[in-house]
Amino acid sequence: MKTAVVAADGSVAELDRLAELAEDVIRRAGKAGASQAEVSASVGTGLSVNVRLGEVETVERNRDRGFGLTVYFGQRKGSASTADLKPSSIEATLAQACAIARYTEEDPCAGLADASRMATAFPDLDLWHPWEPEVERAIEIGRAVEAAGRAHAAITNSEGASVQCGSGMGVYANSLGFVGRERGTHHSISCSLIAGKGDAMQRDGWYEYVRDAKVFPAFDSIGRKAAERTAARLDARRLGTRECPVLFAPEVARSLISHLISAISGGSLYRRASFLLDHAGKPVLPAFVNLFEKPFLPGGHASGAFDAEGVATRESALVEGGVLQHYVLGSYSARKLGLETTGNAGGVHNLVVEAGAREGDAPTTFEAMLQRLGTGLVVTELIGQGVSIVTGDYSRGAAGFWVENGVIAYPVQEITIAGNLRDLFMRVQAIGSDVDTRASILTGSILIDRMTVAGE
Amino acid sequence: MDSPLALVERNLLAPGGLSTSDLERVFARVMAPSIDAADLYFQHSRSESWVLEDGIVRDGSHSIEQGVGVRAVSGEKTGFAYSDDIVLPQLLEAAGAARAIAQSGNGAGKPLAVRDARALYPADDPIDGLDNAAKIALLRELDALARSLDPRIQQVIVSVNATHDSVLVAAADGTLAADVRPLTRVNVQVIAESNGRRESGFAGGGGRCAYRELIDSGRAHAWAREAVRQALVNLEAVDAPAGTMDVVLGPGWPGVLLHEAIGHGLEGDFNRKGTSAFAGRMGDKVAAEGVTVVDDGTLPGRRGSLSIDDEGTPTHCTTLIEDGRLVGYMQDKHNARLMGMAPTGNGRRESFAHLPMPRMTNTYMLAGQHDPQEIIASVERGLYAVNFGGGQVDITNGKFVFSANEAYLIEHGKVTRPVKGATLIGSGPDVLTRVAMLGDDLKLDEGVGVCGKEGQSVPVGVGMPTTKITAMTVGGTAP
Repeated sequence: MKTAVVAADGSVAELDRLAELAEDVIRRAGKAGASQAEVSASVGTGLSVNVRLGEVETVERNRDRGFGLTVYFGQRKGSASTADLKPSSIEATLAQACAIARYTEEDPCAGLADASRMATAFPDLDLWHPWEPEVERAIEIGRAVEAAGRAHAAITNSEGASVQCGSGMGVYANSLGFVGRERGTHHSISCSLIAGKGDAMQRDGWYEYVRDAKVFPAFDSIGRKAAERTAARLDARRLGTRECPVLFAPEVARSLISHLISAISGGSLYRRASFLLDHAGKPVLPAFVNLFEKPFLPGGHASGAFDAEGVATRESALVEGGVLQHYVLGSYSARKLGLETTGNAGGVHNLVVEAGAREGDAPTTFEAMLQRLGTGLVVTELIGQGVSIVTGDYSRGAAGFWVENGVIAYPVQEITIAGNLRDLFMRVQAIGSDVDTRASILTGSILIDRMTVAGE
Repeated sequence: MDSPLALVERNLLAPGGLSTSDLERVFARVMAPSIDAADLYFQHSRSESWVLEDGIVRDGSHSIEQGVGVRAVSGEKTGFAYSDDIVLPQLLEAAGAARAIAQSGNGAGKPLAVRDARALYPADDPIDGLDNAAKIALLRELDALARSLDPRIQQVIVSVNATHDSVLVAAADGTLAADVRPLTRVNVQVIAESNGRRESGFAGGGGRCAYRELIDSGRAHAWAREAVRQALVNLEAVDAPAGTMDVVLGPGWPGVLLHEAIGHGLEGDFNRKGTSAFAGRMGDKVAAEGVTVVDDGTLPGRRGSLSIDDEGTPTHCTTLIEDGRLVGYMQDKHNARLMGMAPTGNGRRESFAHLPMPRMTNTYMLAGQHDPQEIIASVERGLYAVNFGGGQVDITNGKFVFSANEAYLIEHGKVTRPVKGATLIGSGPDVLTRVAMLGDDLKLDEGVGVCGKEGQSVPVGVGMPTTKITAMTVGGTAP
C-alpha cells in the first residue's frame, strides 16, 4: 500500500492541531490521577443548498466541532464531551469526566483495548476529495437536477433538490500512545418529487452519495431517476393478505443485512438481547452466501485503518458458506464474552455481500432478479421500526410492486411484510450483483422465498 | 429568583462580553431591504446520563453544547449560519453568511422588546438538583426491584438522563425572549428468559421537572415494575394475526397513532408546499363525529411542553380536528407568514445549529363517553394494542405505520391471549373516519417521545383515550 500523500489544503495542519490537543488532554488526565484516558476530537465543515420549484429555499453553512474524553481510574470510568474546543471548555470537560469516574462502579471489563492491537499502518484509502462549490454553483446544480425531474409529465409538485458537500477530520488518541488521524469527504445530491394530485399523490426520489464529486453521474440523470421512481408509484393498489416470495430491491436490502449485524454485535450478545446468541460457527444464511468485511476499500464509505478504540481493522470473512465466522466486537463486549476484539468498536468497516443463488448462476441484474422472483412482491420502500433484534420478529410497512411472471404488473402500498429474521435469512434464494454503492453495506437485491404480506 | 431573561443574559451573553444592545448591531448587518425576517438563537445546553447494566453503574457522561444560530429570510428563501463562539466578531460573520441569500443594502430590525411568557416548568438545573450519589442509588434500587420481581429476569439496564437548556431568541420583529428548560428521563429495559425463549420489556418516562418528582411520586419504581410485567407478558405471546380487523387502542402512548396519522400531515410547511395528504382540506370532514384532536404545548411540566417555542412565540393549545372536521394547522413564523396565518407556537429546532420548522408539542385526542370495558366487549374478533414502539408516516400519500410491542387478541368481546408485536398500517386521512368508539379514559403518555423530522429530533408527548377503530390492517404472520 502507498503511504499518505500530503495534500496542499489545511487539513493536515488541522489534524496535527487536534492531535496535539488530544495528547495534551491525555497528559493532563494522567496528572489528575487517571490510569488510562482516551480522546476523540473532530472538526467538520459543509455547505447545504436546497432548491424548490426552481428557487433557492435554504442555504446553510455548517461548522461542527466535537471533543469527547473518557478517563479510567482503575476499573471505574467517566466520560464527558463538549461541542467547542475552547481551552476553558476542554478544562471543564476533563474535570467533569474525572468527577463522574468518582461515582461509577468498578467494572472488570472497563478499559482501553490491548496495546498490542493498536493500528500501526495508516494507508491512504482515497477518502479525501474536498469539494467546495460556490453557493451560486451549488444552486445551479440543484436547479438542473430538479428541472430534469419536473420535466417528466407525471410530476405535479416538488419537495426540492438538495446539494450538500462536507469534509470531516478526526483524531482518536489514547494513553497507550496511540494517535490516529482520519479525514474524509462526503457529498450528496438528492431530489424528491411528487406525482399525481389530491388523494392520488405519491412522493419518491433519488439521491447520490459519494466521497468524490467527480464520480457524480450527470446531474439531470438524478432528477430523471427521481421522476421515474415517483411516477411509477401512481395508482398504487393494496394487496390481499397472502404469503408470497419477496424481493428486496438493493436500496432496502441493506437494511436486512444491518439487522444481521445488530444481532451478531457484542452489545446485543452480552446483554443476551439477540436472536443469534451462540451462533458463531453455525449456519445463519444458506450455503451460497458469503459476507466480507473490507476496511481498506479505496473510497469506501466506512473505510478506515483503525476502529473507535484505535484497534487495527482487518479484512475478514464474516459469513462464509452461510456459516457465521465470528462476532462483531469491540474490546468491552469482547471481554464481557471472554473473547478478543474484532476491531469493530463503532461498527463494521464496509461489508460486501457476494452475489449468488441457491440454484444456478447468480443473477447479474435487477431484471434477472425479477425473473427469479417470478410472481410475488418487490419491496422498494420500508417504513416503521417493527424489528426486534431480541426475538428476530419482523413486521414493517412496505411499498413496491406486484410482479407477475417476472414482469412488474402494478405498484402496491399500505401493506406490511412479516416473518422472523432467523427464518427469513435461511430462506434467501438469491442475491443479485445489482449493488447499491451509496452505503457501507454493499449488497444487491435479496430474494426471500416466502413472507406474510398483510393488506386488505 | 431571577427571570429567565436575566439568567440567560448572564450565562449566554455576558461571558462573550455581549449585551442585548449588541444584538441590534447584528440585525443591522443581517437586514437588507429584501430581508423579511431574521433571528438569532443563543443556546447553552448541558446534559448528563448514567447507565447501570449487569448490576454495575458502568458509565456516566456529561456534555456541553453552546452556540448561536443566525437566520435571514427573504420570501421563501432562508439563509442560515451558526457559530459555537458567542462573541461579536463571530456573530457578525455568521450574520454575513446568513444574509448571502439577499441583495445588498442596509436595514435595521425593530427595537427589541422583552416578551414575558408564563413559565410551565422551573428554571432549576435538574443535573445539579440531585447529587450523583442519589442518582446511583436510584439506578441500584430500580435494578434490584426489577430483579426481585421474577427469577426469569436475566438482564436489567437502567439509565437516567437530564438536560438543562437555556435559550435566548432575538428577532428583527422585536422579539426578545428567553427560556430555561429542564428535561429529565428514566428508562428501564429488561430481558426475561424462559425455556430458551427471550423477550424484552421496556418502560420509562419523565418530563420538564426535577429527578425528585419522578422518584418521590413513585413513577420511577412503577416503570421498573412495568418493564418486568411487559417482558413476562411477551414470554407468553403467540404469533400476531395478519389481515384486516377491528383494533382497540389502549389509552396513553398509543396516541402515537395521532402523531403519525394526522399530526405530521398538519404541519404548516407541508401544507404550504402542497405536499401533505391534508393540503387544501381545511374544513373537510377527516374524522368521525366526536373526534377532537389538539396539539397543546401549554401543559405544565410535560415532555413536549415549552413556555415559548424556539422563535420566542408563547406555545398554544391548537385544535387540529374538531368534532371530525379539520380546523387548524401547526405553524412556525416562516410558514405562517407565507400562508397568511398566525404562528401557533410550533416553531421548534433541535439546537442552535438547526433551522426551526413547524413541529408538534403534546398531541392528543379528547375523551369520549364509553367505558373501556364496553369498547372491548363490542369486538367479536380483533386486536387490543396497549403499547407501541414507534411509528412513521409518508405525509404525501398519508400512509403511516406504528408498531405494537404489547398486544392481545380480542375474541368474542374478551381479551384473550397476548400476541407478538405487529405493525399496524393505515392511511392518515382515512383512519380517523373509522373511529367507532371513544373511551372516557384520556391519558397522556409517560414522557418518552422523540420525534424525528428532516434529521432533527425534538421531545414530544402524545395521548388518547381507549379507542376502537374498525377495519385496520394488522401485519402479523398468523392466518
